[in-house]
Amino acid sequence: MNFIPADRYIADLMAEFDYAMDSQKASARTEPSRRSILKFGVAGAGLMLAFQLPTDAKAAPAAKGSKEFAPNVYVRVAPDGAIVIVSKGPEIGQGLKTAFPMIIAEELDANWDDIKVEQAMINQKLYGTQGAGGSTSIPLNWDLLRKAGATARAMLVSAAAQQWKVPASECVTDASVVTHTPTKRTLKYGELANLAATQPIPDEKTLKLKPRAEYKLIGTRKGGVDNVKVVTGEPLFGIDVVLPDMVYAAYEKCPATGGKAVSFNEAQIKAMPGIKDAFIVDGNGIVTEVMSGVAIIADSTWNAFKAKNALRVVWDESTASKDSWTGSRAKAHELLKKTPEKFPEKNGDVDATLKTAAKVVESSYEYAFVSHQPLEPQNCTAWFRGDEIEMWAPTQQPTRGQLAVAKMLGLPEEKVLVHQTRCGGGFGRRLMDDYMSEVAAIATRVKGPVKLTWTREDDFKHDFLRAGGFHQMTAGLDANGKLIAWRNHNVTYTADNKAPVAGSMRAGEFPVLLMANAENGQTMMPLVVPCGPWRAPGSNVTAFANQSFFHELSVAAGRDHVEFLLEVLGERRHLAPQTSGALNTGRAADVIKAAAERIGWGKAQPKGRGLGLAFFFCHAGHFAAAADVSVDANKRITIHKVAVVGDIGPIVNMSGSEAQCQGAVTDAVSTMMDLKIGFENGRVRESNLHEYPIVRMDKAPMNIEVHFIQSENSPTGVGEPALPPIAPAFANAIFAATGERVRQMPFSAQGFSI
Amino acid sequence: MVKLTVNGVERALDNVDPSTPLLWVLRDTLGLVGTKFGCGIAQCGACTVHLDGQPARACSVPVGSIGTQAVTTIEGLGTESKLHALQQAWIDHDVPQCGYCQAGQLMSAAALLKDKPAPTDADIDTAMAGNLCRCGTYIRIRQAIHSVAKGGVA
Ligand code: FES
Ligand code: FES
Repeated sequence: MNFIPADRYIADLMAEFDYAMDSQKASARTEPSRRSILKFGVAGAGLMLAFQLPTDAKAAPAAKGSKEFAPNVYVRVAPDGAIVIVSKGPEIGQGLKTAFPMIIAEELDANWDDIKVEQAMINQKLYGTQGAGGSTSIPLNWDLLRKAGATARAMLVSAAAQQWKVPASECVTDASVVTHTPTKRTLKYGELANLAATQPIPDEKTLKLKPRAEYKLIGTRKGGVDNVKVVTGEPLFGIDVVLPDMVYAAYEKCPATGGKAVSFNEAQIKAMPGIKDAFIVDGNGIVTEVMSGVAIIADSTWNAFKAKNALRVVWDESTASKDSWTGSRAKAHELLKKTPEKFPEKNGDVDATLKTAAKVVESSYEYAFVSHQPLEPQNCTAWFRGDEIEMWAPTQQPTRGQLAVAKMLGLPEEKVLVHQTRCGGGFGRRLMDDYMSEVAAIATRVKGPVKLTWTREDDFKHDFLRAGGFHQMTAGLDANGKLIAWRNHNVTYTADNKAPVAGSMRAGEFPVLLMANAENGQTMMPLVVPCGPWRAPGSNVTAFANQSFFHELSVAAGRDHVEFLLEVLGERRHLAPQTSGALNTGRAADVIKAAAERIGWGKAQPKGRGLGLAFFFCHAGHFAAAADVSVDANKRITIHKVAVVGDIGPIVNMSGSEAQCQGAVTDAVSTMMDLKIGFENGRVRESNLHEYPIVRMDKAPMNIEVHFIQSENSPTGVGEPALPPIAPAFANAIFAATGERVRQMPFSAQGFSI
Repeated sequence: MVKLTVNGVERALDNVDPSTPLLWVLRDTLGLVGTKFGCGIAQCGACTVHLDGQPARACSVPVGSIGTQAVTTIEGLGTESKLHALQQAWIDHDVPQCGYCQAGQLMSAAALLKDKPAPTDADIDTAMAGNLCRCGTYIRIRQAIHSVAKGGVA
């Protein structure tokens, strides 16, 4: 291989996410995470982000002569009462653009209807790293955003106190109004804007944040702030960007990763209607940035696509991927039976314990590769002006994209001006910024702005796939049916022969940390096809093997599944109290019991109908799911109900959080039932949505009950952790209904359908 | 030259090849970017518009084949100051997640309600099955459609 695979980039990213979950244990942070944060240059801002505003962010950015009150980069109050709240991170459908302003507005005591939300430009000095992934947005920014709001509120109060010549302690706030309690005098925030701007910024330590009981906004249901624009079709998304004299680009890369463009039918392409230029881009050989290909510049997207279809490219594939899914699957089945290459986690002596077991249960599970396919195809718009470049990017990682483009073009970071647009879905695909780097490379050869749009076929050919994988599970039960030994051997892939690809079993996976004799083994097979994080990476597949096997064990032990799970969890304890990133067995037990109750656990079911349950902990979220299904003689599944119970602490936006869980269930059902990606000779087999049946309304689960246990823990993210327990809950329900164990995803491989 | 009536306005288009899909004429030529590109092969429904009131996938309709049929896009369904009842219902039920599919969903739903003002769940599922929502907003879409059929917020 003479190019740089995605894995180093992704490893850095995942380390940053893990770090975010550990932000409460600043003193005990692990070295690799710390290094990766430092490398991305946010030591100054990022490390403190959870606790205080970056220094630069305190400087009021209001222009000279402006009458606005702008105590920090997140809040501006105009004399007419309009309040602008700046949302720092990308909106990918996870609801951040509504939830972040709700947090600020809560502490500001603003009237929600007065607020206009503005999307921040990308600027590390002002905002730290801007990105969305790993369900880290809420835990990372919770304190920061509350303080941003509370700071503004304190200054408005001190302005009012000054105007009335009364002590600030006699003033209260509500709905964008300050009231002097003893005299009932009131001043609106807008009326105070001028005077507030002259108040000193209060010391952070003097800020009083609201106790949860006083929340008026947090925990309520608020509709998405862009909803009106979405439903009227106003431009919002990256693909909607139109600039004066803009041209349109398409980009063709080698279908096997690593292939290089040698030549193409240039004369023919350039003679096609609307074509302005066509050229080979060598790229920088970094899979997450620019790989070699042919760029086409046209006067419309359609003309660019037509020419792209007519391209005949000669590729040098000497170092390109030759990977085969069928080949690697056969190999994996051999490796599964062998001793794991290594044991990333090992407690006690599993072999010796198995010898003492009354019953040893062995079982294997596997799952296919899948693709992300957010509905908005990858795209990005760039305008290169010699000494600077301006970009409009639908991405989950705008800061990383900005830095990559700056480095590639040899420009200082501040000369890469990045607007973040709304994203038509992320699911992890937009953690990689290849389209940003590609259009930047193309833009240097174009006069004026250029919009690059991928075809859906490009999105299939050049995704960062959720890796397939294989598990050999072995466990021992004692004479009382108690779990005494556990081994989970994961056969996965590696791009660099060192670390497993994203989406392999994650460290500390349940129940290894809870057992005296337990181990997680790993064997890796080389792979060039790029892999990446897919909604709840790792957990979204390993939970299927793990939690299906738990059910198998409870059946082998002749015990109730819920009771068996609760016994393994044991007494209520938090494995690492200083971090939200560690399992809390008490919270786990609570969600399991609540999910069981909501599905009617224990009730006798008619023939062909069954209940199934599963639990998983990831992204700091404790989630249990339960499914109620019927399966007919043709193995067709009817979904009666899905219940999801999560504990992620207090909920910020109830409407958005419920929607995330409904979406996670739908995504999980769709993927587990029918979706798979194959590849041969390095080429992805599926080409468009007709070969990749993402679920539609007629087959989607339409009865999903979502419940949150809003425990007194600091809030964590909701975009991912609801998904992993869904597939095993269904697999267990199918077993209960039919007696057949589902051992592979997609379930259609065993003849099941919905 | 191709002539087209879009949202009640007649447009004369020079330099447009009649084989160009309506989607790209709307988006790139007329600047009506509310109609979305998802798959290009009539599989996702993101590009759904109305031709004489019937839902059609704009990515797969050559602009030269439209003739005198009236084209209605999401921009013609309703505006911020005068929302279509379905658009209001979508807001009331907080339907959108990423929002990318929703213009197409709304156009399919509007065509359904014109045809069947009080659809059953099964009617809705059938009419909406051509519209993919990658984010999984189906439950709220169905609730929103029912609420309009019943004449208000459910
Ligand atoms: S873009 Fe037309 S149906 Fe997908
Ligand atoms: S809301 Fe994202 S695709 Fe439907």
